[in-house]
Amino acid sequence: MPIQYYIILAACLFCIGVAGVLTRRNAIIVFMCIELMLNAVNLLLVAFSKMHYAAAVAKDAGTAAGTDAQLFVFFIMVVAAAEVSVGLAIIVMMYRNIHSVDINFLNRLKN
Amino acid sequence: MNNLVYLVPLFPLLGFLINGLFRKSLSKRTIGIIGSGTILLSFIVSLVLFFDVKANGGSVVTYFNFIDVVSFQIPFAFQVDQLSVIFLLIITGIGFLIHVYSTSYMYEESSDHLGRYFAYLNLFVFSMLLLVLGANYVIMFIGWEGVGLCSYLLIGFWFKNDNYNYAAKKAFIMNRIGDLGFLLAVFLLLNKLGTATYSEVFEKASTSLSTMDVTAITLLLFVGAMGKSAQIPLYTWLPDAMAGPTPVSALIHAATMVTAGIYMIARSNVLYSLSPFTQDVVAVVGLCTAILSATIALYQNDIKKVLAYSTVSQLGFMFLALGVGAYTTGVFHVMTHAFFKALMFLGAGSVIHAMNGQQDITKMGGLVKKLPVTTWTFVIGVLAISGFPFTSGFVSKDEILIAVYAHSPVLFWFAAFAAILTAVYMFRLMFLVFFGGFRGTHEQEHHLHESPSAITIPLIILAILSLVGGFVQLPKIFGGTDFFNQFLAPVVPAINHESAATTTAEYYLFGGTIVGLVIIFAATRKLFAVNQFEDSYKGIRKILADKWYIDELYDAVIVKPLNSFSGFLKSVIEKSGIDGLVNSVGRFVNYASRQLRLLQSGQVSSYILFMVLSITVLFLVFWNQEYIIQFLQKTF
Amino acid sequence: MSTSEILFWSLSVLALFGAIMVVISKNPVHSVLWLIVVFFAISGHYLLLNAQFLAIVNIIVYAGAIMVLFLFVIMLMNLNKETEPQKNVWMKISGVVSGGLLLCVFISSVISAFDINGKTALTGGGDIGLIQNLGKVLFNVYAVPFEISSVLFLSAMVGAVVIGKKD
Repeated sequence: MPIQYYIILAACLFCIGVAGVLTRRNAIIVFMCIELMLNAVNLLLVAFSKMHYAAAVAKDAGTAAGTDAQLFVFFIMVVAAAEVSVGLAIIVMMYRNIHSVDINFLNRLKN
Repeated sequence: MNNLVYLVPLFPLLGFLINGLFRKSLSKRTIGIIGSGTILLSFIVSLVLFFDVKANGGSVVTYFNFIDVVSFQIPFAFQVDQLSVIFLLIITGIGFLIHVYSTSYMYEESSDHLGRYFAYLNLFVFSMLLLVLGANYVIMFIGWEGVGLCSYLLIGFWFKNDNYNYAAKKAFIMNRIGDLGFLLAVFLLLNKLGTATYSEVFEKASTSLSTMDVTAITLLLFVGAMGKSAQIPLYTWLPDAMAGPTPVSALIHAATMVTAGIYMIARSNVLYSLSPFTQDVVAVVGLCTAILSATIALYQNDIKKVLAYSTVSQLGFMFLALGVGAYTTGVFHVMTHAFFKALMFLGAGSVIHAMNGQQDITKMGGLVKKLPVTTWTFVIGVLAISGFPFTSGFVSKDEILIAVYAHSPVLFWFAAFAAILTAVYMFRLMFLVFFGGFRGTHEQEHHLHESPSAITIPLIILAILSLVGGFVQLPKIFGGTDFFNQFLAPVVPAINHESAATTTAEYYLFGGTIVGLVIIFAATRKLFAVNQFEDSYKGIRKILADKWYIDELYDAVIVKPLNSFSGFLKSVIEKSGIDGLVNSVGRFVNYASRQLRLLQSGQVSSYILFMVLSITVLFLVFWNQEYIIQFLQKTF
Repeated sequence: MSTSEILFWSLSVLALFGAIMVVISKNPVHSVLWLIVVFFAISGHYLLLNAQFLAIVNIIVYAGAIMVLFLFVIMLMNLNKETEPQKNVWMKISGVVSGGLLLCVFISSVISAFDINGKTALTGGGDIGLIQNLGKVLFNVYAVPFEISSVLFLSAMVGAVVIGKKD
């Protein structure tokens, strides 16, 4: 697959995630759209890793050219997991205090 | 020897600094001694320089480069030659006498005001010396400005009186108008010739300057002289300047500052000889001023105002002399005029002191009995200015008249008329003040007394000078030599009037003078040596007494429109325009910050929106850098 | 159209459709479910690229753990129906427009990029996605970040517990 297809696919997923973050008012949905964005990036990284591998394997078989990108994806997932747990804890706190998960109520930074 | 020349202005400068800075802690005697002593020292050095120049001729002493740019250099240099050394003697000599006079006249001032007075006087002498000693027009201009400043300071010396302040401002502003002309002339010189130094300018003038240029430069210089030396139209400040103390009037307005214009033109005689048009202008303006102010002086009742208008008139004579090419004659009249006018001003001061501040001559009279020295010295001054034979004034004035006659008989008759008027108003003054019956109050009569010696001795010295000062230039018909002309010849060319026509004219003039003076003496004695004198004038006399309403004319045509114009500028442009602009910038910043503050709404979604938009823009710019750079290069 | 192409296109369509449904759904539970569909599609892409380890990890961690966590929280808050009042229309439009603008920027950059012409992502082959190769590199070169990620998890756990405490 030409790499442009993967790039455009990941870009579309990312932008849908962005639109979701901007559009939705429910904090949890916003969080999920963030996860969506992260996944788009993961996909792109894996595609690039294969791209580099393809370029490198033509010169010398048995190369390990693209493994860094896939390990990066692994770490992104690690971080995403940690982030989700903390984020959801915060959302639960927020719900306990104001009994709503509407992000528009989080305007204590006003003025 | 001539490298001592820096001492001449240095002493008054030191006097200014010491008296000015320490005036609160010095006693009045010390202030007077320092003030006068510095001028005496300068006078001694000037004498030394005079004999040096007489023996060895003139020279230029350069000290340092004052202005040094690519297109021209202006060195700080003094030119010690015959012309400047004559003026040095006049300034320091008469200045010293006036300083001594002031120690007694101004004695009632408190010591710090007295210190201020002497400091200003010394500063004035310093500036005048700079003016006269400068070797180029720029140094002259420094002194020129300095004397203008000091005249403001001294005229407004009793600053608590608002009228005096107005007079001082008037003097300074009119001077400034003249200075503009002077500066323009200097700029023209620098532009056309690349130098302002006298020697270089005079060398190059005939070759490198077109007639148009020379005419422009000389006319502009004359504008400067008009302001400084009180010619039409810039003369109205001088009578008002009588608000200052009388010694100030003597020094500044009789002897020195007003003669700065004459000095400048005499110094620039090379330029003026190249421009006959300007010479005609100078002569005509001088003549008109002489006649106009003489007519005004006929009906003035303040003793100092009569002398002031007389000064303006005599200056007109001097300019007339310069205008017909008789430069040395003009300088000679400067010298003699300094003697007798300073004498008369100081005498007037003595009278005012005796009359306890009264300056109205209709309330004086018969002072000859109580103030003999003052009276007889004043009489000598009056004789000198009227041209009584063999006084200094006679020699100089006759020489002017002869020179004018040789140039143009028409001008001569007008000049003669002005000379007659001079004699008339001077004799009127003399008789009203000193002879006849006393017309003042009884307490004033008891108070009359002769002034102390610090006042009378300078009067006597000046009277002697007025009598014998003319002998340096007696005309040949009386057996004199023109020593003065020959002395000045290297610097200032003398007019040659040896033709037969002028010799006969001299005889006629001599005879005419004697006859005229006798008639005038008799007539004025009858009219003015009286016991009663009404001072309300009617008709033409009222116009003359009211100075031809020139002040009122200036007020209406120049001062009031300027005032309303600046009022307009203040209220419209300043308040609404500039203030409004600055205020609106402030208001705009306020408004913008209020709007910007709304961005911080606390809404997370709007924050994220802005973030995304910014990232979009960032990526756009980042990924299309070359295109953006190309686009920018094409448009700018 | 070869197999991998067909697979690619169908998986892409599925992923995009699922993503749009995530954003559009009114019911949060439906959004979660659609997101799980998206994850499966992406794992499918990973498998296509022979990144086997990542595909499995994606499903286990993301679809399995993270989404379940989301579901727990949604259930906890009883958000069956979307109870929020309608958002300001302008904000919705501006959100979509900004997303679209960003997409356009990305696409334009891809089109104008010239050093990726002719490069392909190798599908269906290559050893680098295999777990032993990845493991070799992970524990040799990236051992330190690996250990630090364990510290990260520790801090996340502690943080979550602390934040969630009922005080």
